[in-house]
Amino acid sequence: MNHLLSIEDLDRQAIERIVTQAARFAEVSDREIKKVPALRGRMVLNLFYEASTRTRSSFELAAKRLSADVVNFAVSGSSVEKGESLKDTVLTLSAHKPDAIVLRTPWAGAAELVSRWCAAAIVNAGDGKHEHPTQALLDVYTLRERLGRIDGASIWIVGDVAHSRVARSNIIAFQRMGARVTVVGPPTLIPRGIESLGCEVRYTLDELGSADVVYALRMQRERMSETSWVPSLREYASWYQINGRRLSPRQVLMHPGPVNRGIELSGEVVDSPQALITAQVEAGVVVRMAVLYELLAGAHVPRPVPEPQLA
Amino acid sequence: MAASSLIHGPHAPAELLLRDVHALDPRAGIDARHDVLVREGHIAALGEPGALAEPEGIEIVEGNGRHLLPAFVDPHVHLRTPGQEHKEDLETGTRAAAAGGFGAVIAMPNTDPVVDSAPLLGSLRDAAAREARVPVGFLAAITRGLGGEELTEMAELREHGALGFTDDGRPVQSAGMLRKALQYQRLCGGVISLHEEDPTLSHGGSMREGAVSAALGIAGVPAVSESTMVARDAELAMYEGARVHFQHLSCAASVGAVARAKVAGGKVSAEVTPHHLLLTDESVRGLDTRMKMNPPLAGADDRQALIAGLREGTIDCVATDHAPHAREEKEVPFEQAPMGTTGLETAFAALYTGLVLTGELELGLLVERMTAGAALFELPTPTIAAGEPASLTLIDLDAEYLAGERGWESRSENCCFAGQRLHGRVLLTLAAGAVVYRERVFSVVAA
Repeated sequence: MNHLLSIEDLDRQAIERIVTQAARFAEVSDREIKKVPALRGRMVLNLFYEASTRTRSSFELAAKRLSADVVNFAVSGSSVEKGESLKDTVLTLSAHKPDAIVLRTPWAGAAELVSRWCAAAIVNAGDGKHEHPTQALLDVYTLRERLGRIDGASIWIVGDVAHSRVARSNIIAFQRMGARVTVVGPPTLIPRGIESLGCEVRYTLDELGSADVVYALRMQRERMSETSWVPSLREYASWYQINGRRLSPRQVLMHPGPVNRGIELSGEVVDSPQALITAQVEAGVVVRMAVLYELLAGAHVPRPVPEPQLA
Repeated sequence: MAASSLIHGPHAPAELLLRDVHALDPRAGIDARHDVLVREGHIAALGEPGALAEPEGIEIVEGNGRHLLPAFVDPHVHLRTPGQEHKEDLETGTRAAAAGGFGAVIAMPNTDPVVDSAPLLGSLRDAAAREARVPVGFLAAITRGLGGEELTEMAELREHGALGFTDDGRPVQSAGMLRKALQYQRLCGGVISLHEEDPTLSHGGSMREGAVSAALGIAGVPAVSESTMVARDAELAMYEGARVHFQHLSCAASVGAVARAKVAGGKVSAEVTPHHLLLTDESVRGLDTRMKMNPPLAGADDRQALIAGLREGTIDCVATDHAPHAREEKEVPFEQAPMGTTGLETAFAALYTGLVLTGELELGLLVERMTAGAALFELPTPTIAAGEPASLTLIDLDAEYLAGERGWESRSENCCFAGQRLHGRVLLTLAAGAVVYRERVFSVVAA
């Protein structure tokens, strides 16, 4: 594996290899000294074009626990604000010879584009509304830890599917692990054609009881107000909120965070033992350790920068 | 009203004998091997191979049975002058046209500033008289600054040579505004050429809505954003008795709307681009920005409907919508990239390879559709007949190559067909009586 650009690039075996490695790193996290020297002397560059505390700090912690050097490049206050293009920023930062670049941008396909411009291993930490592969991996890890196996599980992904890179990566990853995936939300927030990914589409929670796992997505308030995707958050909550009345005791609840309490989730379910939300955050570090380890450990063969295409 | 016309740079009238070419011009009823004599820029004589006397000192072009076609006419190109000469200009754009076998092109007014006043149009025509390698016609804007709110001085623009009007790049969103332009056409004439898109439906989209956009998480432009506007404007045009042309149709529903308007007697015509005829939204999966254009690439069913529409005549002509963009503008993430692909240099070869060789379209019909744009804009149609001005292109249909392997004549390289294996190489183009393009042949000769 040269890069982690899309969950599409990982078959079931590769996903299992990464989550198994993550489980080994989880043992390290329980020790008094949480660090291993696996990536000593390697440099991981976090390049984030979008605000992100969780994902960025999770990657930072993962790299540090592997003893890698970490450089955080935040876009605000940088040359990017002076009009530098993505390409020039990447070429400039590549001059420091990072071994891996963890990239988050608001643009679909940016990680793949960057992988053609530099020799570093690229980890897609979210490209627009396209993909968020490490989130999918940590969700698979969390679920496997909790359920034992994912095969045959029914997973309902609830909410704003249209604007969610998490939804897209998870639909693919959960199915690859043998689960049946249903997406449910208001018709304005379910993109036309999403069923081509193999999932079932529903518009109500009427049969939520059939789900083994309920995966709620974050409602992005700022987005809802500007273009009237839903008439009101109040109505949204009354139809789609996962609360104590809707969630049955045998189901588990997941959410990529940050949670809007009282909108997509009621307070009592967030705090219930069924919620895996903090386990997901914890899994984030070990899974990202496994990803960086997979990409960077072992015999280091310098990656050639690909030839430019005929253009 | 002054005659609207094409304009080109200084030319020396051609003197040529094209020997043993396969002349093909369905309108002239010609499809056989001929010698074609060009004198003083006109077709002086056509004869059986070897039948024409060889005037002394004249240049001979050996055809060896290669195809001689009427030069193509493109009613929709972006030459980017004035204001965006880093993408293209009159010289490079018309050079690209010549290299693609085109003998005339019609330039869109969405430049910077917009071509919405007679003085600007005048200076543009003056520049074309110095720089344009093939004849260029200009459309002026329908509304000032493409703002959609005030009509341009259409009558004056017509007097100063506007072939017609368009807000291309944008729709005329207000039906009331468009209606006024259609009414005013009674005074000044000139085809009104329409880019159809409902911005409230296409809002924010970077590709066609469907399974691929859903998988990529990219906001999609639904096909109805185009077809509802085609239907609306066809009705408006019929109500006003106006003559309208629908640009770059991209979906089956639009073809249906045009067909219904034609049956109802509307004075409507339509064009389709090579990329919509040959590619689908599947090509967007790799997020190559050369595949980002407006209207976006559509689904396979839409593509089939466009091919059928072109074959049956619902769609009158091929237009490239040649839309050059600089490398730095296109070398960005897909959603940030500007829309458009270049097309002049690949149009014929791409369509010949993708539709003629696959048996979906006859060569003669392709030639007809690639020249039909002229008559739609009241321009003379290039014709292979004695006495006609020489507007011709000689093509080696058997030549096989990778698009772009020798670089481009256009200043920009954002071609959606780049790197594809194509058949059909333009060897020679004559436009308005002059040789405007010769295939570059490099050979090493000992000193």
